[in-house]
Amino acid sequence: MIRFDNVSKTYPKQNRPALSDVSLEIEKGEFVFLVGSSGSGKSTFLRLTLREERPSSGEVHVMGKDLGKLSNWKVPHMRRQLGCVFQDFRLLPNKTVAQNVAFALEVIGKPKSAINKVVPEVLDLVGLGGKEDRMPGELSGGEQQRVAIARAFVNRPMLLIADEPTGNLDPQNSVGIMKLLDRINRTGTTVLMATHDQAIVDQMRKRVIELDKGLLVRDQARGVYGYQH
Amino acid sequence: MRAQFVLSEIGVGLRRNLTMTIAVVVSVALSLALAGASLLVRDQVNSMKGYWYDKVEVSIYFCTKADAKNAPQCAAGAATDDQIAAVKTDLDKMVPLVKSSTFETQAEAYKHWKDMNPDNALVSVLGADAIPSSWRVKLNDPTRFDIIQSAFAGKPGIRSVEDQRQILENLFGLLNGLQTAAFVIMVLMLSVALLLIVNTVRVSAFSRRRETGIMRLVGASNFYVQMPFIAEAAFAALLGAVLASGLLLLGNYGVQHWLANKVQFIHFIGISSVLQVIPLLIVAGMVMAAVAAFLTLRKYLKV
Repeated sequence: MIRFDNVSKTYPKQNRPALSDVSLEIEKGEFVFLVGSSGSGKSTFLRLTLREERPSSGEVHVMGKDLGKLSNWKVPHMRRQLGCVFQDFRLLPNKTVAQNVAFALEVIGKPKSAINKVVPEVLDLVGLGGKEDRMPGELSGGEQQRVAIARAFVNRPMLLIADEPTGNLDPQNSVGIMKLLDRINRTGTTVLMATHDQAIVDQMRKRVIELDKGLLVRDQARGVYGYQH
Repeated sequence: MRAQFVLSEIGVGLRRNLTMTIAVVVSVALSLALAGASLLVRDQVNSMKGYWYDKVEVSIYFCTKADAKNAPQCAAGAATDDQIAAVKTDLDKMVPLVKSSTFETQAEAYKHWKDMNPDNALVSVLGADAIPSSWRVKLNDPTRFDIIQSAFAGKPGIRSVEDQRQILENLFGLLNGLQTAAFVIMVLMLSVALLLIVNTVRVSAFSRRRETGIMRLVGASNFYVQMPFIAEAAFAALLGAVLASGLLLLGNYGVQHWLANKVQFIHFIGISSVLQVIPLLIVAGMVMAAVAAFLTLRKYLKV
């Protein structure tokens, strides 16, 4: 699903590489935590996976495509096959819950009939049935993140990328979001989640990839957040 | 892609940025109106050239008795019939440059002069003797006057060789000057309009960065992300072009109903010329705005 071959990334005007000679492979259907302190290269790793950046050297393969060789105009098509969730939810404040999810389908040109059918389905799936017409500002943080997950998942992507999805949530809401991500993972979707949340990582016992100063320092099949933190 | 969704996005964008939109519309309208005016003046000059150049003649004036005293080239006295006939022979040899030539006797010339200046006090004093006789020469190419000039000026019995076109050239010069002035102002206004469009699109892209960010995230194509901005700029330009067309039609109305009555010897180009220019302005304005928006987005809306 995701393969990094000796990937390094150095941003312009910076001496130290943000990512240095990282090689790893994530299989279809896996649930993977990406951990590491701030500046460890987590964000760069995700940006390379989303092809918001290109590697300085090495190859990034996502869903069978070499992203370094993918031409610009094919990038939107590639992004339609994966979903993204962020710490700050990234919802449109002037659209209702249902409109926020529908927006993602409208801008890729889905017909109205299909949108009307799948939006209520996916809102039910994330546990927001009955709140279709609420505005994001009226919802709790946990509910807003569920809307964002609904939007990311509405196209049934093969890969879901989550960048600290519980970063702004209290522990109770965080557990709810993790249960939802776990359910999505069980449908066969690969989940890659960057996080700082030690409790969640320790509890889930999934594969853990740790980065430190751009280097891959740990890749553990059923890992915990860290040996000593 | 659904038209209704796109149209509502355009409406929201234009309203959010109303002051800038108005500035764009007005500056586009002024620059396009000047561009149109410049084109129409050119049409007017061409139409007048075609009309008048057909009628202008070169006149070869012969010496009169009176000229013997006050014009050195006529010191020998009035032109003889032989001299007049010799000029005719030379003119006939100059076909095809010379289209035709007719002789105007002193009596005919005097009558013309009297008809055109009935109130002139000199009418009672001057006799037919005072007005020179002349060959009126029509040229196939009125711009080759210099050949006639060099062939006949200074020959015995010839007082002067005059080109009526010279008189018109001054008028055309004035009109050409106006056209150039309109063009220069148009270029300046156009740069103002383009800079305003660039700025409007930039502000618009910034104020909607959340939407466009999400659009990119969920895999909207570049075209889909950029289209609302381009359509907004093109729509503002369309409003400007419509305003410019209104100004041109108003100007044309003024010329037809006011100027045409004051200045009757000029044939003014009609509304059909204006109607030919208008579609040109609309297309040019919209394409220009769309291209400016597109180039701005390449810089300010990374996809």
